Amino acid sequence: MKKVFAGAVACLLLCGTALAADPIKIGFVDPLSGGGATTGEGGLKNLQFAVDIINNAGGLLGRKVEIIPLDNKVNPQESLVQAQKAIDQGARYITQGQGSAVALALTDFISKYNERNPGKEVLYFNYAAVDPALTNAKCSFWHFRWDASADIKMAALTNFMKTRPNIKKIYLINQDYSFGQAVRTLARDMLKTKRPDIEIVGDEVHPLQKVTDFSPYIAKIKASGADSVITGDWGQDMALLMKAGAEAGLQVDWYTYYAGGGGGPTAIKQAGLEHRVFDIVEGNANSAVESAQKSEAEFRAKYGIGLWYPRGMNEIAMFAEAVKKAGTADDVKKVASALEGMKITVFDGGEGYMRKDDHQFIQDMYLRSFGPLDKGAKFDEENTGWGWKEIARINSADTIVPTTCKMERPN
Amino acid sequence: MLQLVTFSTLNGVLYGMLLFMMASGLTLIFSMMGVLNFAHASFYMIGAYFGFEISRRIGFWPAFFIAPVLVGLVGALVERFGLRRVHKFGHVAELLFTFGLAFVIEELVQMIWGKLPVDYRVPPSLDFVAFRLFDTTYPAYRMFMLAVAVAMFVFLLLVLKRTRVGLIIQAALTHPGMVAMLGHDVPTVFMSVFGVGAALAGLAGVIAGPALVTQPAMAALLGPILFVVVVVGGLGSLAGAFVASLLIGLIQTFAVAINLSMGDVFGPAVANAFGDLGRVTVAQIAPIIPYLLLVLVLIFKPTGLFGNRES
Repeated sequence: MKKVFAGAVACLLLCGTALAADPIKIGFVDPLSGGGATTGEGGLKNLQFAVDIINNAGGLLGRKVEIIPLDNKVNPQESLVQAQKAIDQGARYITQGQGSAVALALTDFISKYNERNPGKEVLYFNYAAVDPALTNAKCSFWHFRWDASADIKMAALTNFMKTRPNIKKIYLINQDYSFGQAVRTLARDMLKTKRPDIEIVGDEVHPLQKVTDFSPYIAKIKASGADSVITGDWGQDMALLMKAGAEAGLQVDWYTYYAGGGGGPTAIKQAGLEHRVFDIVEGNANSAVESAQKSEAEFRAKYGIGLWYPRGMNEIAMFAEAVKKAGTADDVKKVASALEGMKITVFDGGEGYMRKDDHQFIQDMYLRSFGPLDKGAKFDEENTGWGWKEIARINSADTIVPTTCKMERPN
Repeated sequence: MLQLVTFSTLNGVLYGMLLFMMASGLTLIFSMMGVLNFAHASFYMIGAYFGFEISRRIGFWPAFFIAPVLVGLVGALVERFGLRRVHKFGHVAELLFTFGLAFVIEELVQMIWGKLPVDYRVPPSLDFVAFRLFDTTYPAYRMFMLAVAVAMFVFLLLVLKRTRVGLIIQAALTHPGMVAMLGHDVPTVFMSVFGVGAALAGLAGVIAGPALVTQPAMAALLGPILFVVVVVGGLGSLAGAFVASLLIGLIQTFAVAINLSMGDVFGPAVANAFGDLGRVTVAQIAPIIPYLLLVLVLIFKPTGLFGNRES
């Protein structure tokens, strides 16, 4: 009896310490206030959901994974302060997604930090910043990207536009920062070769997450006579752009990167743009494999919004896999090496891998349109009764674009 | 083209009138008390949040009347128990007080309603298309905003020009010292003007909340523009504030519509000499044009368009 008791006490002490071992911390640096807050908050819930799955299954190497949310207000300067804060709190992993200007600043900051602090390196997991530069001219060994780069997405969008003869006049409207500029350049270049007959009647940039009323821009689109719009807008900008369009009764086709975010779907329904709004994503809940649909339903029940970032699920799953493979979460160099070239079954189905050359995740992409739900489709958005429908699946092999990255690996 | 001009004018006038609802209070407070109230846009934000909170409980129309009154009360309290105490330490202290207050209000709003935009919607009774012109629809709610702003302007004009209170306020605008000498209770006048100014800003918030976005950053987004309006219009001049509000509303809206760059006007040779600056279009620099105007006005006509005193 005594022995059992002693054993129990020992376990209480030891098992207790094992469970209470330092959690593996991931600093989440994204907007949690201001115009990007809705999408930032969505990203946080998404990653938290993925981390909860791991923790509920016993954590990683006996440790819990903890996300430290830090608000960067989509400001590159503020992001560096917040990243440093995360590192000071013991985080060896930083994750960020909203805004390529922030991503470029962060990747630079982390490379320098790692150079100065050997043995205490930090990894940077990017789940949504898609400026091609991040995996080309500015690529870094410490940076990994799970979202498809902007050029992969534009290639898919323009390949689809090639098959739509009704497009005659197109209007480009984008946010005035690195990603928005990348979208407009890519659109111009790719349309020039794929559909030289299309006339570009407008090429607009507006301030990032600062415009509260898009009516003047909508009036301009209307006046230009455009029949289609290409936009890389996200967050509040996208929601307000669609809202102003709906109010003015603008009837055009929208080719977008992020129409799926908060506020957009309501406006699309209000404008009656049935299957006239397209987006390009790495997962579509309505046509995903059963396991993904189950998670989607759970996520919606818990948070009341869609699981916008299937790539966030891939990110955390691969991170867990890499830590297990490396046998450590503290030697991030080993974790990074484990991630390079890693193959997984993607959250929404199909195979994907982390390309070693530039740390770009290669995965199947989906082109979707928004309209009344088909029979059997489970998920509508924002209680509109309308949902996303897959119109094309682009195999991962067809999404590959070459990289100019010359990766410098630490010894 | 006609379509673009028509809708840009409508949008510009609407935005201008919204600015005026706030600028009127700001300019009144400034000219009477000599305080540039940095927290003025915060009252606009409080108005929007009060409007949201009341309308989700008992409907939009009660909110439309109650919220501005509440904001006015908050404003009066701020004057009575905050600003009046700070007053004896001079204008700089007052300025710093309102500056700090703006941050406090923003933090409070974030603590109560969170950092995300709240779901403040256009009431169903106003959620329809007002008219259709050149194949573009114009929402009824925007017409309603315009009507409210115009009604408020007329009301303010009548009060100032036709009532005894207005007489005292007008006198205090130009000769604050003299009014006090004549035995009027200047502190109470100050308090009520501050309260009414806050209420007007609150009213602007209640009606702008559903059309724009009700979020903690809304005060910070609009605040700087208000100062431009007050300075460009002329300190202490309501007519100036009115003209400047419309002017800036129209400039901002029309600037968005103009695609000209220096290269288009002066030819590529000139544009290249300016580098990137030569290639940006007017539309791209639309957000900074009001500030450019502010700088120019301060250089060439420091009293503003209609002002007649410098401080």
